[in-house]
Amino acid sequence: MVTLIEDVPATMQVVYQRPESLSCVSTHYCPGCTHGIAHRLLAEALDELGLRDRTILVAPVGCSVFAYNYFEVDGCEAAHGRAPAMATGLKRVQPDRIVVTYQGDGDLVSIGAAEILHAAARGENITTIFVNNAVYGMTGGQMAPTTLLGQKTTSSPFGRNVSSSGYPIRMSELLSQLDGTAYIVRRSLHDVAHIRKAKKAIVTALKAQMHGLGFSMVELLSSCPTNWGIPADQALNWIAENMLPYYPVGDYKVHPEVTTL
Amino acid sequence: MSRTLLKGNVAIAEAAVRAGLQAYFGYPITPQTELLEYLASRMVELDRVFLQAESEVAAINMVYGAACSGVRAMTSSSSPGFSLMQEGLSYIAASDVPCVVVDVMRGGPGLGNIQPSQADYFQVTRSAGHGDYHPIVLAPASVQEAIDFTTLAFELAERYRHLVILAADGQIGQMMEPAELPPMQSARETRPEWALSGANGRKKNVITSLHMQPEDEEAFNQKIQRRLAKIRQVEQRSVEYWTNDAELLVIGYGTAGRIAYTAVERAREMGMKVGLLRPQTLWPFPEERISELADEIQSCLVVEMNAGQMIEDVRLATSGQVPIEFFGRMGGMIPMPDEILNAIEASYARITRPVAHHANGVRG
Repeated sequence: MVTLIEDVPATMQVVYQRPESLSCVSTHYCPGCTHGIAHRLLAEALDELGLRDRTILVAPVGCSVFAYNYFEVDGCEAAHGRAPAMATGLKRVQPDRIVVTYQGDGDLVSIGAAEILHAAARGENITTIFVNNAVYGMTGGQMAPTTLLGQKTTSSPFGRNVSSSGYPIRMSELLSQLDGTAYIVRRSLHDVAHIRKAKKAIVTALKAQMHGLGFSMVELLSSCPTNWGIPADQALNWIAENMLPYYPVGDYKVHPEVTTL
Repeated sequence: MSRTLLKGNVAIAEAAVRAGLQAYFGYPITPQTELLEYLASRMVELDRVFLQAESEVAAINMVYGAACSGVRAMTSSSSPGFSLMQEGLSYIAASDVPCVVVDVMRGGPGLGNIQPSQADYFQVTRSAGHGDYHPIVLAPASVQEAIDFTTLAFELAERYRHLVILAADGQIGQMMEPAELPPMQSARETRPEWALSGANGRKKNVITSLHMQPEDEEAFNQKIQRRLAKIRQVEQRSVEYWTNDAELLVIGYGTAGRIAYTAVERAREMGMKVGLLRPQTLWPFPEERISELADEIQSCLVVEMNAGQMIEDVRLATSGQVPIEFFGRMGGMIPMPDEILNAIEASYARITRPVAHHANGVRG
């Protein structure tokens, strides 16, 4: 039997709801995929900083190709890997707006390696949310530049092997070497404690942009149960057991002024 | 306004500035580099956006981003660099954002060389990137026309929310001649309602070229095709010389068209009834005028600085009514007036005329 509560006591106020920056639509993401969490964290951060109405989101090619449908902000769809270039164009002509790229590992580390590297080197005042799940998701699980050694994918059926495919790229470490970067960190979405830290990092990255400190990026270790071929709950463990050792969470570049934000 | 001695690349750059160019992104490549170099200081002086990109791929996508925010944006390149921009051009065309791209064409294929060429004709007129569309293509034949077409390019881009390519051969980019610049327009303060500027007090704007449902993608394609049909109807541009009584019609654009002018002038002096049509828009191709002239002429001679890429368009425009001959130089070679004159004489001699030729145009 359902009882309607007419007078909501103070102890039962709503404390968790859809952020204003998140659209009221269902996403196309697979069960157990952490894109949804990443989206929510970004939306919460935009809400908290009051940025929704001056933000422009640049969506990538990859699983998050429809990201512009899921946020209540102006958005556009970049060519594969070119989000940082498109974001550069958008930001340079309207520096008072907040420009965010949301990119996966194939998009950012492989085909868009040049664009992200140079946007970072220029100190382009944009924020990149980099979702690293060690695989190409949308095309059905091919090897990414971040695919781990030995990891089986549809295009590395015997496991990624150094002699033919070389080593996975640690992008946060690499970009942190560039002087134009203000804030480069890696976080993970595999458990609640890490998710809370990821949220904090996204807020900091956006603050760095608001203060014009240069390029900021938050790398998020993410799950892809569908293409990893394992159940959703195990996928989170797979991040902890396999990705974290190769891709340690941490702060790779923190501009001195970022610490004062 | 007075005429000043201007180099083509610089003239295009200053014309763009005066047309209210707000953002330029480019990458060095000969023979267009002066355009980039000029804007490197000029745009900064005016507190507008100039950025040297890491590649042509990045440059065109920066233009895409700037154009999405509703400002007048431009890039420039030359053939190999223009090839690298194909991806971005297609996305731009598929997003209804106006922008202007300058291709100062050089010898090819491959790295080719840095001499003037018109070998990008197919690339600029057929689609410039994947998918079903044509950009608007303007082909200047002088520094003055390069200036005028730069102004026009921004107007057309915004009128139709479409991609406009200024296809200048390397000769136009590199040569100096006296020309007059238009008055300065200030950069526009307002943004179109579709622009990405933050969803402040309005519904969010989205610019995407992605339509997953084939019905939606087809509907979008039909929209592009309706726009192109309209452009094709009203934007065909060409200039003509001595076409009133011409038996042989020479057709050439850009530098080739300009050199052909000298050859046709000499042919006239020699008593040959030769005319010249110089297309100013390569897309839409001036098919209406050429089709009309096809009823009056006996033969056609296409002159280009390539292997004869425009022949296809001339053949379509003339519907096979007249023979079409060709003279061209390739690989960065510029035809001499004498060479074209020789081709004119040969073509003219091959015209078969009725025994009694009437002024009202009886066909042989």
